[in-house]
Amino acid sequence: MFKKKPLTVAMTVALASALALTGCGSSNNNGNAAGETNTGGNAPAEGNAGGNAATAEKVTLKMMHLWPAGSSKQQNMIVNDIIAQYQEANPNVTIKQEILENEQYKNKLKVLSASNDLPDVGMTWAAGFLTPYVKGQLFAPLDDTLEGGLKDSFVSGTTEAYAVDGKTYALPLELNITPVYYNKAIFSKYNLEVPQTYADFQKVVETLQSNGVAPIALGNKDRWTGSLWYMYLADRLGGPETLKNAINRSGSFEDPSLVKAAEDVQALVNGSAFNKGFNGLSNDEGKSEFMNGKAAMYLMGTWELPNFTTNESVPQEFRDSVGFFKFPTIEGGKGNIDSWVGGPGVGLFVAENSKVKEEAKKFVKFFVEKWGEQSVTKAGVIPATKVDTSKVQLPQMYIDILNELGKASNITLFADVQMSPAVAQTHLNMIQALFGKEVSPADFAKNHEEALKQEAGK
Amino acid sequence: MDKVMSNKKMIALYVLPALALVLALIYVPIVLTGYYGLMKWDGIGAMEFVGLDNYSRLVQDSAFWQSAYHALLLALFSALSLIAYLAVALVLSGEIKGANLLRKIYLIPMLLSSVAIAQLWLKIYHPTNGVVNSLLASLGFEGTIEWLSDTRIVLIAIFIPIIWQYAGFYILIYYAALKNIPSSLVEAARIDGANPLQIALRVKLPLIASVSKVTVVLAIVGSLKYFDLIYVMTDGGPNGASEVMASYMYDQAFRSFDFGYGSAIGFFLLLICLVVTWLIRKLTAGEEIQYS
Repeated sequence: MFKKKPLTVAMTVALASALALTGCGSSNNNGNAAGETNTGGNAPAEGNAGGNAATAEKVTLKMMHLWPAGSSKQQNMIVNDIIAQYQEANPNVTIKQEILENEQYKNKLKVLSASNDLPDVGMTWAAGFLTPYVKGQLFAPLDDTLEGGLKDSFVSGTTEAYAVDGKTYALPLELNITPVYYNKAIFSKYNLEVPQTYADFQKVVETLQSNGVAPIALGNKDRWTGSLWYMYLADRLGGPETLKNAINRSGSFEDPSLVKAAEDVQALVNGSAFNKGFNGLSNDEGKSEFMNGKAAMYLMGTWELPNFTTNESVPQEFRDSVGFFKFPTIEGGKGNIDSWVGGPGVGLFVAENSKVKEEAKKFVKFFVEKWGEQSVTKAGVIPATKVDTSKVQLPQMYIDILNELGKASNITLFADVQMSPAVAQTHLNMIQALFGKEVSPADFAKNHEEALKQEAGK
Repeated sequence: MDKVMSNKKMIALYVLPALALVLALIYVPIVLTGYYGLMKWDGIGAMEFVGLDNYSRLVQDSAFWQSAYHALLLALFSALSLIAYLAVALVLSGEIKGANLLRKIYLIPMLLSSVAIAQLWLKIYHPTNGVVNSLLASLGFEGTIEWLSDTRIVLIAIFIPIIWQYAGFYILIYYAALKNIPSSLVEAARIDGANPLQIALRVKLPLIASVSKVTVVLAIVGSLKYFDLIYVMTDGGPNGASEVMASYMYDQAFRSFDFGYGSAIGFFLLLICLVVTWLIRKLTAGEEIQYS
């Protein structure tokens, strides 16, 4: 009888460890899922082979996007609407959608490119994300599509973010800039004015801090959030070109103004300008400090506008008390107050080896135009194409932002998007170290310079 | 039954499905990872054979060794915490009141997914609204401890939930093993005049030695390749202060798009785990004590 027992023990151990292993294996499962759906993705492409070239025949376009009906309801509806319109106008065309959530979308795109199986039309991000795909000759240049007036309908500088070696490889749909949102109620409580200069801004921070209010909400676990602050300081001190040139290697990251910007970041940290524990908080946690009125200011993209205007789940009282201002100019700095940090979000690409490339390009053009008409009014997404504010019904804050956009002297693309992925990781880690005071401003610049040099030497 | 098992074809038939799955899902990817580790590859474009370049880079990469050091610390902590788990299991397996209920309470963290645990502890550690800091404040402690953003304490702060997470699992294993010790042995010891401590140390522990070995291997290897909670709670930050080998691998492969290097790290991690397992087996090798 006793002999049997060690076996039971062994079984218990085995079973228990199997349970534990399933926990560890969860990340693998994702990969497999992508791998399996991959084979599903082949089917429509094969279908295309039959409809070869002859455009009057039945054509199936495969489109992949990242707006599921659950989490991005409005965007999803607009996409469906545009597709319906296009199919009506072109009865020979059928458009098949495949929809994935953000992270899964990125993973699947990578898997599909490895097997050269990209959908005919899909979504990509700008610059650093796009470059490897272009180098791998997976995306088709869209310059011919931009001809004939389409280029002029885009806000200047937006299509350039998708250009590699002078050719444009995707057409942007979204455009975001980053104002500093502030809580009017808190400002009026302490008799504060919207700061025009950086000196004013420092006074505002000081007043709020001495009254026990966190001046700025920040969740720097995500790192790009802190990068925004650094970028604005760099822009206001050295002008937009200094940072851009440092990244594209026509300048140096050890430029005095870039070092000074890092010093200013640490001065803000030393003055307790940010909420406590910001380096361990995600952007959402940082945002909630602003949303529940504990922090007075929040520097973030215009994708947050619905939360401050139309989103019914945010209390009306709070929405009414949110305003925005432009990042103040620094005395003696070269920056202009109408220069923004921001950039286009997703854009549409056409696969280089698509069997129906011409039809796909036609569809992309159609999509961009229709999207521009609908996205801001229906989904609150600012399109990369120009919006005529006199013709649309929008909350005042949208109108103000769109007008600012019209006046913008420059839009500097988010640093981590401008840089290649490896350098971006260095940048983001350095940002976190800078805010945590683990690296000196001089070393901060030096580390960037080395990473950029190494990348350029590859 | 014996008839079926003596038929070689039948054995093959039974073994094959599981074997095929294990091969396809575990061994093939391992071989592929080893292969990618020899390449320079961004995950999208063409691969370029670079031999052992990734590995020589790995040896010189201080960020990697820092993450390895953190993983080692975690392994040490989890191995030490086994002693505490064992103590709890010894108490539970004794005839104390409510042992059944306590056992279930200890097991609950194991039933939660890592992500849920991570979210829970994020709330606990929140610098201003968190339970820990609120408690400290109500005790009159001045100042805010920034658990997850202070580079000096983030590692310890993140070890605690990991150890808490696995407590139930190990306690259950020890409990099951202890319950299997025949009561006649314990009674015999008691009649010979041994006190409860002596019974625990001299009779019970030697009898569950084989299970203890397994748990040591599980704890150490599990720690070396640990990923999930750290990924969700700090993402290896701030600035790598809580990075472990697996999260560093993820960072290199999926964020820096350096799949070659990421694969090299992954393969190296596998080698480390194998060596460590072998080492523990060697060190703890000894005669099995059987009760019969």
